[in-house]
Amino acid sequence: MSIDTDSPSLVTPLNALHRELGAKMVPFAGYDMPVQYPLGVLKEHLHTREKAGLFDVSHMGQVILRGGDPVAALEKLVPGDLRALKQGRIRYSFFTNDQAGILDDLMIANMGDHLFLVVNAACKVPDIAHLKAGLPGVEVEYLGDDRGLLALQGPVAATVLARFVPEVATMPFMSLITASLKSIPVTIARSGYTGEDGYEIGIDPDRTEDVARLLLAEPEVAAIGLGARDSLRLEAGLCLYGHDIDTTTTPVEGGLTWAISKRRREEGGYPGDAIVRRQLAEGASRYRVGIQPEGRAPAREHTEIQDAAGQTVGEVTSGGFGPSANAPVAMGYVTAANAAVGTPVSLIVRGKALPAKVAALPFVPQRYYRG
Amino acid sequence: MTIRFTEDHEWISLDGDVATVGITTFAQSQLGDVVFVEVPEAGRALVKGKEAAVVESVKAASEVFAPVDGTAIEGNQAVVDDPSLVNSDPQGAGWFFKMTLANPAELDGLMDQAAYDAFVEGQH
Repeated sequence: MSIDTDSPSLVTPLNALHRELGAKMVPFAGYDMPVQYPLGVLKEHLHTREKAGLFDVSHMGQVILRGGDPVAALEKLVPGDLRALKQGRIRYSFFTNDQAGILDDLMIANMGDHLFLVVNAACKVPDIAHLKAGLPGVEVEYLGDDRGLLALQGPVAATVLARFVPEVATMPFMSLITASLKSIPVTIARSGYTGEDGYEIGIDPDRTEDVARLLLAEPEVAAIGLGARDSLRLEAGLCLYGHDIDTTTTPVEGGLTWAISKRRREEGGYPGDAIVRRQLAEGASRYRVGIQPEGRAPAREHTEIQDAAGQTVGEVTSGGFGPSANAPVAMGYVTAANAAVGTPVSLIVRGKALPAKVAALPFVPQRYYRG
Repeated sequence: MTIRFTEDHEWISLDGDVATVGITTFAQSQLGDVVFVEVPEAGRALVKGKEAAVVESVKAASEVFAPVDGTAIEGNQAVVDDPSLVNSDPQGAGWFFKMTLANPAELDGLMDQAAYDAFVEGQH
């Protein structure tokens, strides 16, 4: 499994609830996390696409930047156009290094008097150090290892959450509000990482279980583990940091240039900007693509990709079975010459060359709220 | 009919000269939803402890090892066509392959039901 095996020392505010629900717990990014519940990965995945799934993502890092000019300061670390980010809106971006490698990907929200960031669990310690070193004059406030973050995802997520907080029904995709859920103060973002409509709810540690129980009591909602979270985001074509993107991949190679605005492409001003500008002008040597195996055998991470002549042209970075696609699905990097959708390739699985094609991402249509 | 178990959670059931092999109820519960199965073709030589078949869940690929030396005589096409049989009936319709044994005495080195149950208990 593509899950870290470091020994967990941290728990989320839902640890006892996960155990009560019968979750199978695994170590992930230093936390003791539920990989699946008794429903199982396959049914949890399908439930999320059909109704609504509740995910504990409290292991992710929630950070507030305030004081000074955090927008101008943070633009020196990320290529996202934060100056154009309106109040109450969220943008996906990434920290880059001087080689234009990706240090982490993150969500950035403009909350008026401060910026609110959500970073990956496995990267949060270096991310916070990077922010403190890179943003002189800006206060970097980490909300703590036990701050709650719940994701409610699926086509009826809006119906369910609106029973508690009516105004969420018409929130734009990638917007964020502060609200009161049964008198519990929360932040609610219309965002997620499954390809479905949904929300991410930030909660104080001592109220996180209350919110989780309220949502789980709704008939459409099931608890969903990390296993289904991974298959859902893979079908949705979304990158998993440390697998599909890392310090050796640039935003151009990773197919993330949609997250770099015209102004930021022209002006640069972030680490590695010259390399990104050059790759945008001249093309990169390799690209992240979808891979559709033609048979039923899944191709896992690190599977070698060959061209028709048997030459190695890349490697799978995420691969498995897509329950909604009802087929194996994968993504990986291939040389530019092999990156066009429809290019036939071979996947070397257990020593055998299995036929596959470069495929368009996502594998299932994204169903974000568009008003 | 004799049924024996390995520490890798395969079962092998001998009926006359032909043994049937699969994975145990415990093994399928650990794997979760099975989505892909590969079984050996008839005539393939099988070596005790070496890969004989493949079973994959949504998240992970695992090998099914030959419990003893012998020769595959039939792979179960039903589990190839419907891998969920491995979850729903692991020690029945969800069998993986049938084989003949090079040395039936090798079965004596495997666990019986009581020993396997105790072994699984010790895995928790």
